[in-house]
Amino acid sequence: MTTGAPASEDYEGIILAENATAEPTRRDFLYIATGAVGAVGVAAAVWPFINQMNPDASALALASTEVDIGALQPGDSLTVKWRGKPVVVRNRTQKEIDDAKAASLSDLKDPVARNANLQLDAPATDANRAAAGKENWFVMVNVCTHLGCIPLGQSGSFNGWFCPCHGSVYDTAGRIRSGPAPENMAIPVYSFLSDTKIKIG
Amino acid sequence: MSGPSTYQPQNAFLKWFEARLPIGGLIHSSFIVFPNPRNLNYWWTFGGILAFMLVAQIITGVVLVMHYTPHTTLAFSSVEGIMRDVNYGWLLRYLHANGASMFFIAVYVHIFRGLYYGSYKAPREVLWILGMIIFLLMMATGFMGYVLPWGQMSFWGATVITNLFSAIPIFGETIVTWLWGGFSVDNPTLNRFFSLHYLLPFMIAGVVVLHIWALHIPGSNNPTGVSVKDKQDTLPFHPYFTVKDALGLVVFLIVYMWFVFYLPNFMGHPDNYTAANPLVTPAHIVPEWYFLPFYAILRSIPDKLGGVIAMFGAIAVLFVVPWLDTSKVRSANFRPLYRQFFWILVIVSIGLGYLGSRPAEGGYVIASRILTVYYFFHFLVILPLLGLFEKPKPLPASITESVLGKGAANVTAGAPAAPQTK
Amino acid sequence: MMKTLSEKIARFGLALSLSVASATLVAGPVSAAEEEVHATPHYPLVHPTQEPWSFAGVFGKFDTAQLQRGYQVYKEVCSACHSMELMSFRNLGQPGGPNFSEAQVKALAATFQVQDGPNDAGDMFERPARPSDRFPSPFPNPEAAAASNNGKAPPDLSLMGKARAVERGFPWFVLDIFTQYQEGGPDYIHGLLTGYKEPPAGTEVGPGLHYNVGFGSGPAIAMAPPLSDGQVTYSDGTPETVDQYSRDVAAFLMWTAEPHLDARKRIGFQVILFLIVFAGLLYFAKKKIWAKVAH
Repeated sequence: MTTGAPASEDYEGIILAENATAEPTRRDFLYIATGAVGAVGVAAAVWPFINQMNPDASALALASTEVDIGALQPGDSLTVKWRGKPVVVRNRTQKEIDDAKAASLSDLKDPVARNANLQLDAPATDANRAAAGKENWFVMVNVCTHLGCIPLGQSGSFNGWFCPCHGSVYDTAGRIRSGPAPENMAIPVYSFLSDTKIKIG
Repeated sequence: MSGPSTYQPQNAFLKWFEARLPIGGLIHSSFIVFPNPRNLNYWWTFGGILAFMLVAQIITGVVLVMHYTPHTTLAFSSVEGIMRDVNYGWLLRYLHANGASMFFIAVYVHIFRGLYYGSYKAPREVLWILGMIIFLLMMATGFMGYVLPWGQMSFWGATVITNLFSAIPIFGETIVTWLWGGFSVDNPTLNRFFSLHYLLPFMIAGVVVLHIWALHIPGSNNPTGVSVKDKQDTLPFHPYFTVKDALGLVVFLIVYMWFVFYLPNFMGHPDNYTAANPLVTPAHIVPEWYFLPFYAILRSIPDKLGGVIAMFGAIAVLFVVPWLDTSKVRSANFRPLYRQFFWILVIVSIGLGYLGSRPAEGGYVIASRILTVYYFFHFLVILPLLGLFEKPKPLPASITESVLGKGAANVTAGAPAAPQTK
Repeated sequence: MMKTLSEKIARFGLALSLSVASATLVAGPVSAAEEEVHATPHYPLVHPTQEPWSFAGVFGKFDTAQLQRGYQVYKEVCSACHSMELMSFRNLGQPGGPNFSEAQVKALAATFQVQDGPNDAGDMFERPARPSDRFPSPFPNPEAAAASNNGKAPPDLSLMGKARAVERGFPWFVLDIFTQYQEGGPDYIHGLLTGYKEPPAGTEVGPGLHYNVGFGSGPAIAMAPPLSDGQVTYSDGTPETVDQYSRDVAAFLMWTAEPHLDARKRIGFQVILFLIVFAGLLYFAKKKIWAKVAH
């Protein structure tokens, strides 16, 4: 006993005698079915352990937020926290709107609008970036598409946003113009509840 | 864990790997070809069940920690956040809370199985002591885990149990203050209990490895208590005992899941759904059910230090059972008197558990005292004397003989059995 | 000689086991006898009856209409004094609960004012509640609650369905494992709310207390009888009696204590059915594997 496990051949007399008997298919089926049912059970049991890491019900409940924008004059911005990220709401000046409109799609590094309220492939025109029908209002997730820093507003060579981390430059419609960032900054789902109130999310 | 392996790696990579880290051979020799007595009954499946429960508790626990906040102001509400908002959080918490109870049910069955079949006797004394160390670590872990939800029973259970140490002469108060990290159970206490509740299960896992190692040196005991004499007496672990353990485990899981889904608060206490309040003691403090027998022993002694000594003595006496039992025969199947005393001990232990849940008054106290005296009488007097006076029944010459009957050992095909005489 | 000695020991063992068993059995009657001597009754004075709850049993489910009525009773009566800090308005719309629609939840939430802030000026301000807000508490802190209620703060109701139960005692607690009786909380709440009675002659009830045979910690409770017939107007024609209100609010409090009970019982049935099938397969696999081996 203490010297080590006997080789499995030692058990041949016991084990293999059974293998020699008939009905291999039915027996194999029983073993396969048992194993398969066990595997299904393990797979089902794993799901709660994975799903528990998804956002919980209280996090999902905060998925929308209402913002009062009545006090914003042209040239004013405010930043609200939405899903833990800064969302900037800006009442753009006429100059900023004109600058943004002046850029042609061929000048843009990322020609897609990245606007969650529009089709995925909508072009990155200023009209597709600004609020629908209210071109002075501009709502954007103020997170650099490079590695997640927060770009500074009204700075950089386009007087839009400039990311101090790695030098990405965005224009007055939050579109990437130079630097390492690959995409325009994202526009979240939002809607106007009234002229002075928007709901983000 | 059981000597040189006969494992033959099947492909080039496994051969390359095995030459560098022979883990395949270790698994092969420990859990594939490892020889187990062929007559093991279903009481032996509880070892595997316990291994499963340890892993299940660690996994559910690690996941719960992702959502738990160990602070007195947030602990209770973070646990309720798990119950209400976390995806399947209610399931994970109920699995963990009831898992602790099922773990203790399994460990008590495992311990009493060892007591019945004499599994603690030579050459398995170290195996038994390692098991008792695991039991102690489990009790510490279970106690600290119960404190974490920071309900009324958590708080007052922690207060009462830590105050046990104040019974120590001279240093008692100092030790209790040190345990608390303050002048009452408070945030520092909660934080250190949380830290240790996370640590101890991994220490248990370490001792479990030693426990299995110590098991694989002499191999498993068996219902006859007669040592394995040759290969005829054994069967390879796989597939015989893997399938038997799996069946035992799944039946156990049915019971476990019955509690999780239909009686999730049966083993708990309603008061623990009230947030801890250091200014109000619940009318009737009871520990978790698995501590009740020891709690009854504690309360049966009308002296603070004496009660604490009796309670720890009730556990300590289990450590020396291998030397208190003087009988040469292992299994109670062949010890007609010991078998009776064993069942009395079972009844006494359950009775102590029941009395531990009763208020400490009147007849309950008297009954607790009688049963406490008997508990120690069993281990300190009956066990040593019984071995000297009891006349055991004749033992079978071998496991194979007990299975097949005398002279029938050659029935199975293969090598001649030739059971060696004792 | 050896034999007689061992017989003696055996007889001794039997005698001991009998005395042990009787010691355990005696414990009950002895303490009961003692109770009579000291006349310390056990509370509650009247054990709660087991009510037929829709959420009891393996296939139990909350009754949506009952939870909505229970919420109405809670809102119109209980919430005047009791907080329910763990509940948010959004919970009222989640599956397995009162199942209010999203619009209803919004409208319900908006009927409450909650404190928010600080705003840009650094001031706290009141605004209508949103679904993500917790139920507002009637008092700013437990001390204020106690001060307004005769020195006793009304307990938070979030977990009441699980935080109260009358001890079952032997043998019921063993049988409960098989019948999976888990409704001690709502039974107790129902018993308490319907337990206000005229105190029997000779019973002194302290000042500010109200005799209640369903109360678990004494003969009288600090809470004045909260419900009276016809107090809450139901829109679905359900009888407007104290008994019915108690039932509905007890069911509601069970839901707030265990909001995922429906899912728990549904998943539990699937899990146990699966395990029984798996155990059956393993049983036959084990039988097959061991068929050729005597053991």
